[in-house]
Amino acid sequence: MEHYNMNLTLKVWRQKNSQEKGKFETHRVENISSEMSFLEMFDVLNEKLISEGKDPIAFDHDCREGICGMCSMYINGKPHGPWKGNTVCQLHMRAFKDGDTIVVEPWRANAFPVIKDLVVDRSAFDRIIQAGGFISVNTGNAVDANAIPVEKDNADKAFAAAACIGCGACVAACKNSSAMLFVSAKVSHLALLPQGDPERKSRVLAMVHQMDKEGFGACTFTEACEATCPKEISVTNIARLNQEYFRASLAADK
Amino acid sequence: MTWAQVFTSSVGKKITMALTGVFLILFLIVHVGVNACIWFNDGGEVFNRAANFLGENVVPRILEIGLFLFFILHIVQGLMLEVQNRSKRSIGYAVSYGNRGSRWYSRSMGLLGTLILLFLIIHLADFWVPSRFTHMSEVQLSDGKNVHNLYSLMQARFQNPFIVIIYVLGCISLAYHLAHGFTSSFRTLGVHNKRYIAMLRSLGYAFAIIVPLVFAMMPVSFYMGWVK
Ligand code: HEM
Ligand code: SF4
Ligand code: FES
Repeated sequence: MEHYNMNLTLKVWRQKNSQEKGKFETHRVENISSEMSFLEMFDVLNEKLISEGKDPIAFDHDCREGICGMCSMYINGKPHGPWKGNTVCQLHMRAFKDGDTIVVEPWRANAFPVIKDLVVDRSAFDRIIQAGGFISVNTGNAVDANAIPVEKDNADKAFAAAACIGCGACVAACKNSSAMLFVSAKVSHLALLPQGDPERKSRVLAMVHQMDKEGFGACTFTEACEATCPKEISVTNIARLNQEYFRASLAADK
Repeated sequence: MTWAQVFTSSVGKKITMALTGVFLILFLIVHVGVNACIWFNDGGEVFNRAANFLGENVVPRILEIGLFLFFILHIVQGLMLEVQNRSKRSIGYAVSYGNRGSRWYSRSMGLLGTLILLFLIIHLADFWVPSRFTHMSEVQLSDGKNVHNLYSLMQARFQNPFIVIIYVLGCISLAYHLAHGFTSSFRTLGVHNKRYIAMLRSLGYAFAIIVPLVFAMMPVSFYMGWVK
């Protein structure tokens, strides 16, 4: 593809901290290479702001290779921007053309309060994982990885679900701010494997309970999450979570 | 895990929506079947017989109470879910998400349901209230039995073009509600097998088109004089 440079107008959400009200700020960026990533474009802008003695725009990032789930920008109405199955850090400027105006907002959900500018607090996800997104094993010698046979089909499904990087784009895209795609990916990942089986019931109940407590909405299967997920986690996992929950809750002793 | 904990969780509330929704779908099958009898075009003989059979017998009357409870449960839970889900994002986006990967009617179940509710109020006032609570003109069937003449009531009601339009709009709302609701309810109940989902999706679209279309043809048929 032809390389080109572009000038852009950015409308970026600025907010000092979680208490203060935020507002949009307009910035011009010039001579942006089509081969830069979206975050590199923000680096250029921040360098400029710093050299002018202004406060740089805060945004989350870590790996910058699409695997950590830290980057989180809602770009022109789409979490992670216009490309499908992609994170912001892997979004390249060739997705835009000279003269474009780009609106950048933080994830919006009461369960993800803004910390500063484009950075939101996603520790609600950590607490959901702490509630049940694990398996309990005795310490000691590591068990041979192939000691327990796993059916290939289930292994593939579990692997696909395990690809979730916990970025929260599903919540950002959902009209109900529902975290069901994330939670269902974690529940499915472990429910499909023999190692996850012993705590299968308590896990789904605990994780759904924590999800509700954190203030996420209920799933209505609009499927916006799946279309937006950088790892293309399927909503089929949500139906599986529902089945797991149905069984666990109706079969509970008490 | 108490029952209360199950049914007040976000997943449990959806189970209520799905179970009541599936029940309402079953009701629609009976309802559309009975009403389709108008097309015998026999002056309402078969239709009146079928409608009064449901009105007079114990089992359908008990089911009617269940139907009302389930309708109310579906409506109250549905509206509450809509309000609760909306409250989870106090500050909205400047640029809205749009339709990527998601259909407008799947995101508008609360609105479509409210339109159905408004229609339902008009519809009950039109037919159910007169048939149950007020004196209705009667007609003699061929076997000498006197029954409420719901057929002539329908005929009279559907001479008014505005009423016909309201009914057709009600049916369109129902069609979109079902286009999403039919498959969604099975997923809510945990069906995730690809084969069944593909089947249910086709079945859902077929149901969502055919049933409301047949319903909508009823007022149209009377208005156009296709049935007399
Ligand atoms: C004959 C009439 C109706 C039928 C057959 C019907 C059927 C359904 C079905 C099958 C669902 C899907 C449940 C799920 O996703 O698990 C649903 C959802 C819903 N219904 Fe209805 N419904 C009817 C009337 C109404 C009315 C009158 C209202 C309210 C005012 C309403 C409000 C809703 C709402 C808000 C949802 C979305 C709930 C959700 O997906 O979380 N419905 N309906
Ligand atoms: S399901 Fe997808 S969108 Fe949601 S947190 Fe996981 S990777 Fe991100
Ligand atoms: S920065 Fe790690 S996924 Fe984008």
